[in-house]
Amino acid sequence: MMKRAWKKHDFVLTPGMHIRGKWNGNRYFIKRKLGQGAIGTVYLCVRNGQEAALKISEKTASMTTEINVLKTLNKVQGKRLGPYLLDADDWVSPQGKTYYFYVMEYIQGESVPSFLQSRGYEWIGVFMLQLLDDLQKLHETGWVFGDLKIDNLIVTASGPRIRWIDVGGTTQMGRAIKEYTEFYDRGYWGLGTRRAEASYDLFSFVMVFLSMCDPNPFARTNNAIQHLCKRIDAIPALKPYNSCLKKAIMGKYTSSKQMKQEIEKIIFEKQKRRQQIKERFPILVESIGLFMLALIYYLSSLFLP
Amino acid sequence: MKRGTLKQILLITDGCSNKGEDPSVAAALAYEQGITVNVIGILDERYDEDLEGLQEVEEIASAGGGISQLVYQQSLTETVQMVTKQAMTQTLQGFVNKELQQILGANQTMDDLEPEKRGEIMEAVEDLGETCDLEVLVLLDTSASMHDKLPTVQEALIDLSVSLNARIGRNRFSIYRFPGKRKDLEQVFAWSPQIDEITTIFSKLTSGGVTPTGPAIREALYQFSRKSLLRRFRKNDEEGMEKA
Repeated sequence: MMKRAWKKHDFVLTPGMHIRGKWNGNRYFIKRKLGQGAIGTVYLCVRNGQEAALKISEKTASMTTEINVLKTLNKVQGKRLGPYLLDADDWVSPQGKTYYFYVMEYIQGESVPSFLQSRGYEWIGVFMLQLLDDLQKLHETGWVFGDLKIDNLIVTASGPRIRWIDVGGTTQMGRAIKEYTEFYDRGYWGLGTRRAEASYDLFSFVMVFLSMCDPNPFARTNNAIQHLCKRIDAIPALKPYNSCLKKAIMGKYTSSKQMKQEIEKIIFEKQKRRQQIKERFPILVESIGLFMLALIYYLSSLFLP
Repeated sequence: MKRGTLKQILLITDGCSNKGEDPSVAAALAYEQGITVNVIGILDERYDEDLEGLQEVEEIASAGGGISQLVYQQSLTETVQMVTKQAMTQTLQGFVNKELQQILGANQTMDDLEPEKRGEIMEAVEDLGETCDLEVLVLLDTSASMHDKLPTVQEALIDLSVSLNARIGRNRFSIYRFPGKRKDLEQVFAWSPQIDEITTIFSKLTSGGVTPTGPAIREALYQFSRKSLLRRFRKNDEEGMEKA
């Protein structure tokens, strides 16, 4: 939410360092910096020969909230929503300052736009279903993702499977969305409230797919619905799904399940049509062949005395 | 359980005060009365700013128990929200810490607890932040240099009200500008649950030369107490009516 805000840059850890937790006593070797967000800095670390991601910050409140969210997500049975939490602890620097950190599963993968560029835009339908599946699971446990955006998604090699990596915006249903990014936020477009509901995530969902296919950012205009529909229509890769996407923009789905079912239907029918063409193709060849044969026989019969 | 009301003054300025009392003194006074003072200093990209002059921003917020942030115009919207929400959490955490000290002894704060327990307390703080009532008095610097920043400020304030109104708790906002036409402080938007159309009021603004930040904070303080006095009168009236 405040990534562009003016702030002092502080580098807490440097590669090659070892840090030890104050309460649980686990030791981590810092390998390299992975990224920096609004709340803290994420490093790649090693513990007992295993790689993991370590997020460190001096903001207790925000860090504690994130840890709480990860714990809740980890409790969801049968599905891994978001990274797995491994450890949460404090670190006292040599200068005596206390920092707060947590360690989570390191999810390795490719950014969505680069994946689509190398593997093709046919994957969009698959990603839609995968994401809607995760959203459905999340919503059913009473939570909303909140800050759903392209930077918070990654495609893992196994599968390929789309996964979310930053769960900082995850909010209990019925409350005010904790963290959001303007472009993906329906409040910014004037198309709804910032209350955590399934339809809030589904709006961001559409914006995610818009920015996957159209990397040029654009700002809001007076007639937001018309503007966004035009943008959706302009992208050939989204054409099969555009009726569903428009419904989500207008907030017409009350659950991710509804949207998933409609998209499934579209994908299923697309496949069926393709199959039908394939099935019809041999018959066509056969009949043309027979016709040609008959013609040859007929023509040759004319020359025969 | 009765829900509490958090009171905040949000000062938006782009420079140094140059008239009247020290704004930090007024902010400290506000904090004493349970009102948090947050300050946002708007930077100008066109020329290198004298950051020394904007140091006052940090001093006022620190005296007022609030949060300060220097920001360029284009990030104003997100900053206004971040500052307001963080200050809410900070205030609520302060309350919780006070309670903890009574149970665990002096110098024990939430940060001294192990991460597991901290998580439980944070959940309680979040619940309070979601359900408490909030009153924000926006104190807007309308001296000459602020003139072309006012449309952005308006947008940011409308967006703030959209965000806060997604909470379960109730909100009330009012906007005052300083300097006013005749006085140090002038109301441009009366207490209301949401900020929507203030365009007309904004276009009426005339920008003056002086920046009486200190007197404006003190005056804002008076507006807050006057409002609660009025409410108390009304409440008494109602009670009286019920008895009759």
